[in-house]
Amino acid sequence: MTTVLELKGITKRFPGVLANDKIDLTLEKGNIHALLGENGAGKSTLMNILYGLYQPDEGEILIGGQHKKIYSPNDSISAGVGMVHQHFMLVPVFTVTENVMLGAEEMRGGLFLDRQAAAEKIAKISEQYNLEVDPYAYVQDLSVGAQQRVEIIKLLYREADILILDEPTAVLTPQEADDLFKVMRNLTERDKSIIFITHKLREVLDVADQITVIRLGKVVGTTTPKKADQKKLASMMVGREVMLHVERKPAKPKEPVLKVENLKVLDDRSHLAVDDISFEVRAGEILGLAGVQGNGQTELVEAITGLRETFEGTIELLGENIANQTPRKITELGSAHIPEDRQRDGLVLSFPIIDNLALNTYYLPPYSKGAILQEQVMLENANTLIERFDVRTPSAETPAGSLSGGNQQKVIVAREFSRPAKFIVASQPTRGLDVGSIEYIHNRLVKKRDEGTGVLLVSPELDEVMELSDRIAVMYRGKIVDILPGDEVTKEMVGLLMAGVSPNDARSMNAK
Amino acid sequence: MTAKKESNKSKNKDKAKVKAKAQDQEQIEKKSGLAIFIEEVSGGSLKIPVLAIFTGLLAGGVIVAITTVEMYQAFGQGSIIEGLGIGWRAIVDSYISLFTGAIGDPPKIIEALSSGDDVLIRKAFNPILESLVLSTPYIFAGLAVALGFRTGLFNIGAEGQLFIGAIVSVWIGFSFKGLPSYIHIPMAMLGGALGGAAWGFIPGILKAKFGAHEVINTIMMNYIAFRLSEYLLRGPLMRPDSFNPISPFVEKSAELPRFFEDPIRFHLGFFIALGVAWLVYWFMFKTKWGFDLRTVGANPNAARYAGMNIVRSTIVAMSLSGALAGLAGANEVLGVNHNLALAFSSGYGFDAIALALLGKSHPMGVVLASILFGTLRNGAIKMQIAGIPVDIITIIQSFVIVFIAAPAIIRTMYRMKEKEGGDEPVFLSKWGGN
Repeated sequence: MTTVLELKGITKRFPGVLANDKIDLTLEKGNIHALLGENGAGKSTLMNILYGLYQPDEGEILIGGQHKKIYSPNDSISAGVGMVHQHFMLVPVFTVTENVMLGAEEMRGGLFLDRQAAAEKIAKISEQYNLEVDPYAYVQDLSVGAQQRVEIIKLLYREADILILDEPTAVLTPQEADDLFKVMRNLTERDKSIIFITHKLREVLDVADQITVIRLGKVVGTTTPKKADQKKLASMMVGREVMLHVERKPAKPKEPVLKVENLKVLDDRSHLAVDDISFEVRAGEILGLAGVQGNGQTELVEAITGLRETFEGTIELLGENIANQTPRKITELGSAHIPEDRQRDGLVLSFPIIDNLALNTYYLPPYSKGAILQEQVMLENANTLIERFDVRTPSAETPAGSLSGGNQQKVIVAREFSRPAKFIVASQPTRGLDVGSIEYIHNRLVKKRDEGTGVLLVSPELDEVMELSDRIAVMYRGKIVDILPGDEVTKEMVGLLMAGVSPNDARSMNAK
Repeated sequence: MTAKKESNKSKNKDKAKVKAKAQDQEQIEKKSGLAIFIEEVSGGSLKIPVLAIFTGLLAGGVIVAITTVEMYQAFGQGSIIEGLGIGWRAIVDSYISLFTGAIGDPPKIIEALSSGDDVLIRKAFNPILESLVLSTPYIFAGLAVALGFRTGLFNIGAEGQLFIGAIVSVWIGFSFKGLPSYIHIPMAMLGGALGGAAWGFIPGILKAKFGAHEVINTIMMNYIAFRLSEYLLRGPLMRPDSFNPISPFVEKSAELPRFFEDPIRFHLGFFIALGVAWLVYWFMFKTKWGFDLRTVGANPNAARYAGMNIVRSTIVAMSLSGALAGLAGANEVLGVNHNLALAFSSGYGFDAIALALLGKSHPMGVVLASILFGTLRNGAIKMQIAGIPVDIITIIQSFVIVFIAAPAIIRTMYRMKEKEGGDEPVFLSKWGGN
């Protein structure tokens, strides 16, 4: 086996922080090398050095056995290294071909773009590597998975041999992720080499040939999937024993807190996104809502929380119909909501933590007296919550935007869980978080359940739903296909239902 | 990176926490008034605004020099040194006249004070007081735009709202007779505010209910206001004994009192402006209503999620913004002109956009920026007498705004290090957009 890439003793300091501390990494030809670490461990810094966005303070980079100085992304591409960023760098209103050509234009007569030649080349690449995509489609019309394929094609078009994939599965559905893994294997069979950055343990074990774990800027160890398991990797990542499984006593469900009956909700394009759904969530239980993203979960949650009008049907919260009520009314009735997108909906990033922690109680006593905000009370509340929910921040006055993702989520959890709510909607509560934060938030959810709160957990992560739910409702194309007891059902069964197989067929298939 | 910080912190977490708590409390207690203002306005440092103003003046000087014809004549005669000397003298002369025009002439002030002559003293102090007179409408209008910015709205209509405010208050000023001042003045000011508010309310409700962009609508409302005032001044509001589009003078009882005899025009309006600035600060940062508006401005999605009423906030903010601009108009007719003429505003409502940016949409920042603008405007008049075109001041102002809006330029020029976390952008990225 030949080594295509070697990083030796890479060190990078930022003011006050040692982001990379003498990191060594070796990538073999045709291998998938997983780089595993928590958010902020230094993975991205390392890759940005390799990609030419940062210069290392110490250390050297060998590509194909030769020393390389990489000062810019152009240098790295000409050395055969390409990167797919977590947030895609595509122009939505351009076609796939135009996006791929961008910066490496195929010209005719030195003046005109030769779209056809480029499109043919793209078609060839997509056939060769099984990267299904239409060269003439507009990027804005493509699914997230397809957009990611375009990003990969961009690299292959530029003849990259080493591909860096930065958290590629964070934005994908489980199915899309599986497709991506197939593509990755296809690539390595054709002698491409891949660095796969992630913090999801299962994926690493599924797909990687080699694993390097880094923590606090240092390499903790290098291993292979054969020698490691999830537990071991997790403790390497976090630096302590991690409970991958939440300790959960059997639920003691009581009276229903939320009753949804024959609910229909339209999406932004006035299509029926939630189609005649009925279910209930009871006090002291977690109802998990499984389903591939885009099957109406978002619209359902928005209807329940007052952010979207309902079309038909009723939603009863603690006996009161809340369909088409304002979010404030619903909150005041005793509902809490962890929104799907914390930065879009859950926080005001430019506001200090103090204000974010009072975002939906600021107008009530003791936070307001008459019309006047009680800053001292708000500060005390913030300091208490920061301590109780272990938010890592320099101070309560720090803007929420300068916290890490995990800590931002903790701010939301602190705010929503500290109110006396009888019902909680948790929508993708651990999206994009690292193992430590996930563990924390899962435990908090179970604790809330044990205190007698009804929890509706919505997540496209099947593992998460299986792990936490007392009952699992599966949503497919706007309907709830089936509601199953959480402890008895198998992952395969839920997976089949998520894919649209009817409950009877799924049962018989599962029985075999 | 953060993980590293975190681990260090968790080691002596308890200690740090106790300390941090104590510090927080200390901060809240100690950091009051001006300290908070300055910090919020400058994002922790006053360096950038000060350097921006300095650089703007420097660049203005270069323009003064290169527009001095005599310099080229000297160059033409082959005498470079002499030419540069002439250019340099032009710069010095113009800035001296700017200074004396805007602030006053120190020797004259001393002379006047020692002579003890009332008239001389008044003349000596007139420039600086006149600067404050010119600053006053800027403060009101700047606050109007700043309040809009904070709510995520781009109110370009301050000029039109200012005209409507002026119309209403001049009408109240001349048509009610025999009222005592303490009723007439508040009534006329309030009328101006309500007029402006109505002019802001319309684009506000169009935006909130129908999603019509406030930039377009406030521009259109400006045109309506201009033409409306033209019509009124040539018709119903025209002074009976005049052939020019001028309104009658307001009653003495509606005039904002002046503190000194002529020629000093310094009047109560300046202090009203300061009071209103404080009120806006208090409203935006200390009340739950202000919290609403600021949240809607900073992240409308989160505001909706938190149960705030975006429709109401938009309408309220546009109306308040209009009211402040209306006060600018009222202040001019009641404090300075005592009547309404078509050209009574030299574009205060448009300069106000720049002021709100310069002051980072903070009331205290707006006040400081307005005093700067008022001072420059006042000095410009004296400069013009000294033969320097008044446009130079506009150019200096533009330079200052560019440097404030693009702090990277200043940072590069003076080799300043970037602040951790980057700058808070002066512009709201989503100016009322959706």
